[in-house]
Amino acid sequence: MEGKKIRVLIAKPGLDGHDRGAKVVARALRDAGMEVIYTGLRQTPEQIVETAIQEDVDVIGLSILSGAHTHLFPKVMELLKENNIEDIVVIGGGVIPEEDIPELKKVGIEGIFTPGTDTHDIIKFIREKVK
Amino acid sequence: MFDKEEMKKIKQLKKEWENNVVQKTLEHFSERKDKFVTGSGKEVERLYTPVNLEGSDYNKELNFPGQYPYTRGVQPTMYRGRFWTMRQYAGFGTAEESNKRYKYLLDQGQTGLSVAFDLPTQIGYDSDHTMSLGEVGKVGVAIDSLKDMEILFNGIPLDKVSTSMTINAPATVLLAMYVAVAEKQGISPDKLNGTIQNDVLKEYIARGTYIFPPAPSMRLITNIFEYCFKEMPLWNTISISGYHIREAGSTAIQEVAFTLADGITYVDAAIKIGLKVDDFAPRLSFFFNAHNDLLEEVAKFRAARRLWAKIMKERFGAKNKKSLMLRFHTQTAGCTLTAQQADNNIVRVTIQALAAVLGGTQSLHTNSRDEALALPAEDSVRIALRTQQVLAYESGVTETVDPLAGSYYIETLTNKIEEKALEYIERIDKLGGVTQAIEKGFIQQEIQNSAYQYQKDIEERKRIVVGVNKFKINEGSPKGLLKVNPEVGRKQIEELKKLKEERGSYKVKENLKSLEKAAKTDANLMPLILDCVKSYATLGEICDVLRSVFGEYKESVQL
Amino acid sequence: MEMEIVEKITNGDRRAAAKLITLVENNFNQAREILKKLYNYTGNALVIGITGPPGSGKSTVTDKITKILREQGKTVGIIAIDPTSPFTGGALLGDRIRMQDLSLDKGVFIRSMSTRGHLGGLSQATQATVKILDALGKDIIIIETVGVGQSEVDIVKVADTVVLISMPGMGDDVQIIKAGIMEIGDIFVINKADKEGCERLTTEVEMMLDLNHNSRWRPPVLKTIATDNVGIKKLLEEIDRHIKYLKESGELEQRRRESAKKEIFDLIQGQWKEILSTFVDNGFLNKIVNKIVKREEDPYTAVEKLSSVLVHSYTQGDIKNDRKD
Repeated sequence: MEGKKIRVLIAKPGLDGHDRGAKVVARALRDAGMEVIYTGLRQTPEQIVETAIQEDVDVIGLSILSGAHTHLFPKVMELLKENNIEDIVVIGGGVIPEEDIPELKKVGIEGIFTPGTDTHDIIKFIREKVK
Repeated sequence: MFDKEEMKKIKQLKKEWENNVVQKTLEHFSERKDKFVTGSGKEVERLYTPVNLEGSDYNKELNFPGQYPYTRGVQPTMYRGRFWTMRQYAGFGTAEESNKRYKYLLDQGQTGLSVAFDLPTQIGYDSDHTMSLGEVGKVGVAIDSLKDMEILFNGIPLDKVSTSMTINAPATVLLAMYVAVAEKQGISPDKLNGTIQNDVLKEYIARGTYIFPPAPSMRLITNIFEYCFKEMPLWNTISISGYHIREAGSTAIQEVAFTLADGITYVDAAIKIGLKVDDFAPRLSFFFNAHNDLLEEVAKFRAARRLWAKIMKERFGAKNKKSLMLRFHTQTAGCTLTAQQADNNIVRVTIQALAAVLGGTQSLHTNSRDEALALPAEDSVRIALRTQQVLAYESGVTETVDPLAGSYYIETLTNKIEEKALEYIERIDKLGGVTQAIEKGFIQQEIQNSAYQYQKDIEERKRIVVGVNKFKINEGSPKGLLKVNPEVGRKQIEELKKLKEERGSYKVKENLKSLEKAAKTDANLMPLILDCVKSYATLGEICDVLRSVFGEYKESVQL
Repeated sequence: MEMEIVEKITNGDRRAAAKLITLVENNFNQAREILKKLYNYTGNALVIGITGPPGSGKSTVTDKITKILREQGKTVGIIAIDPTSPFTGGALLGDRIRMQDLSLDKGVFIRSMSTRGHLGGLSQATQATVKILDALGKDIIIIETVGVGQSEVDIVKVADTVVLISMPGMGDDVQIIKAGIMEIGDIFVINKADKEGCERLTTEVEMMLDLNHNSRWRPPVLKTIATDNVGIKKLLEEIDRHIKYLKESGELEQRRRESAKKEIFDLIQGQWKEILSTFVDNGFLNKIVNKIVKREEDPYTAVEKLSSVLVHSYTQGDIKNDRKD
């Protein structure tokens, strides 16, 4: 039997164009055997959630370096709730000050990965969360 | 540099040294690694000797500072005459807050301004655009109209400072605003000193803040070249940037190659619209990254200078000495900053800044220790600036020109980087030039491959990052980070609303209409944009007009 | 339970459709029961296949075609297929980047699929996905895939109209088209027609078509610059013309028969592979292998015996129930 493949959406909400981290993570997840849907820059929360629905992903990975995470991450979570798809695991990465993390966890972002993260930690995290 | 006999002898002695002395040592003490590599992953030999430079020609390849091919520097006296411009990139929140930060930096001995704009400004959206939500004032200052620009430079005499503006896709609009502010201060454009980044190719390649497709973007860029040639002779019309290419994960060689290839594309474009190479080339400037590998970076700067001089002379037949000189700004590598044990970043920045100075930079930005965590706080910015001042006043490396020249290693690396970068440029030529190579995703993919390799090396601990994959400690959360006032967005939108009520909307409409008409022709748009700006048309309104005529770019990714 | 899902999908529930596609990919056995019930609601959509080498602009063409179709009031389903890495089993699916503007249009449904070693083959999964999008109410379904391998060629064969895309300056242009896929193209598109070498490539393709085509439909060769929307309207007109031709000539029915035949073969293959894998799982195969290795039995007789056992137990329903997990 083919068995289940973990499907991950890697998205960059907001306007910042720094996609080195997003692309490196996308590749690392692919190399860990996952199917990664990469949608590129300047995604609105609405686009991200609609894509997650159509692609039936298990995980959404959001990357922001501009500081707009405090606004955009909760917006994504809100839309997931509206669409009754809160079962999707959401993780975030980028330049995210530690003091913002509790607030982001509270709205349902399960993992926050800041610069210097080993991609194996992200892979492990996803595998544990998606069973 | 050595005669034949001497070279033969050195070769022979080197072999003996390797076979006897080194071998014996290796029998007892093996080396730390099987293979030693530079920061960019190029293999490094145990020892460099004159043998590595066999056949090299001092007069041809190095020559003297201020002389072709400028390997040793663009000025004859370099820092003995004047230090580099210490220019810290800054800007956040409202124009008012940024204005305060600029005045603080000038008070602290900074010698030039460098304006960071927020992302909506960089992408040509007003603060009230839906895409701007959450982004206003975050990574730089929010500018919606001339009114904001007036506040930004309030009390700063624009004929006394040089200003660098990191703005690309809407560069024409921001340059027009700068000219308009100067006019209000009673200063004519020909007195203005500074640089506009205006380099859209690297936005497609690495940085992502593009608006229009390549062809109209190139037109806007050459519009600036032409306008400045006539009106702003002291202004650097472009800052061809390798910085972001390196930040995206390229190697040093790729940084040089892709940046100079971009440069070639701009020169071609300007010649195509009928400008003469020596009319605009002296105002081209460059912007490089200073990464961790001190010696490789020094060699990189020297190689870039030499290669550009050759390209300008041989490929474009430039005659003016100034057209041949690669003048550059440097910023230390943001991607090397770690969130872990952030104070260690001060040391990294010092090494990187030293590389820039030993490489002969014209101006320098040193990153602050806390930038992997947030925008830099004021005391961190001060330390970063002090780092430059210590290098300038205390280190002694400024007292002679190009002090590392003649090092067998440095010269070998310089040769290697030049050679490999040229190979890349030739490959890009074969693909039909930079625009095509971007469209095919070639350049982006080359960079991504390097970035992924770099990350894997760290994770496999082939590459050590202190505090990240070795020498880790448990640390508390960092304190005193800068927080952008969350009210900025709201405030900016209110001001924008007020502006639209107060300005004469008829004039704005007329000017925008004229711009739209001109955009459909081949006309230089600078004067029309200047009219729009002066009537307080907003950045978003102007860019919307251009979007409607030019269309929008979609990124090209090869995964 | 199955009926509930079918109802949801036919009522336009995108999430239910997306979940069923996942089930098709992960556990065809379970999906089969739903697909059986879904079949009644399919057969309305037209299927367009778009294929060509990497970098030829397939996603952009798909994006632009879809925009025009939407203006015409048609709904569109897109299946974007990218290769799975043979080394890691993972995949990076990036076709959506070119279709960002479509992502909020409720009349468009896009699904990225990888070529991962689907049991029963990728085309089985694609055919099922086409049906799901059809039942979801999409008027036109576009299958977009890299035309390099045989399996990808197999997939677009299920389409009513196949568009082959190439572009100048890809080195050995015509070779790329020739490699076994020339004959499946109903319409040829030279994209990026503003690039050098366009005329030469066009002539070469025309010549090759003159030599090779042997049906009443002579594939047209079109030039497009998809990024600038040049030639896209014409392409759609040609697609319409082809569909009309198919209907009038009776070839549409013939194609759909071919397609059904192919699906039957795919399904049988898939099902037998599954059945066989149960024998691997429960050790039965091992016993036979032991016998063969010890020369107690020859492999030919063993397989004959095995086949009759399998057919018997399959008709009794044993195997199927076994595999329902």
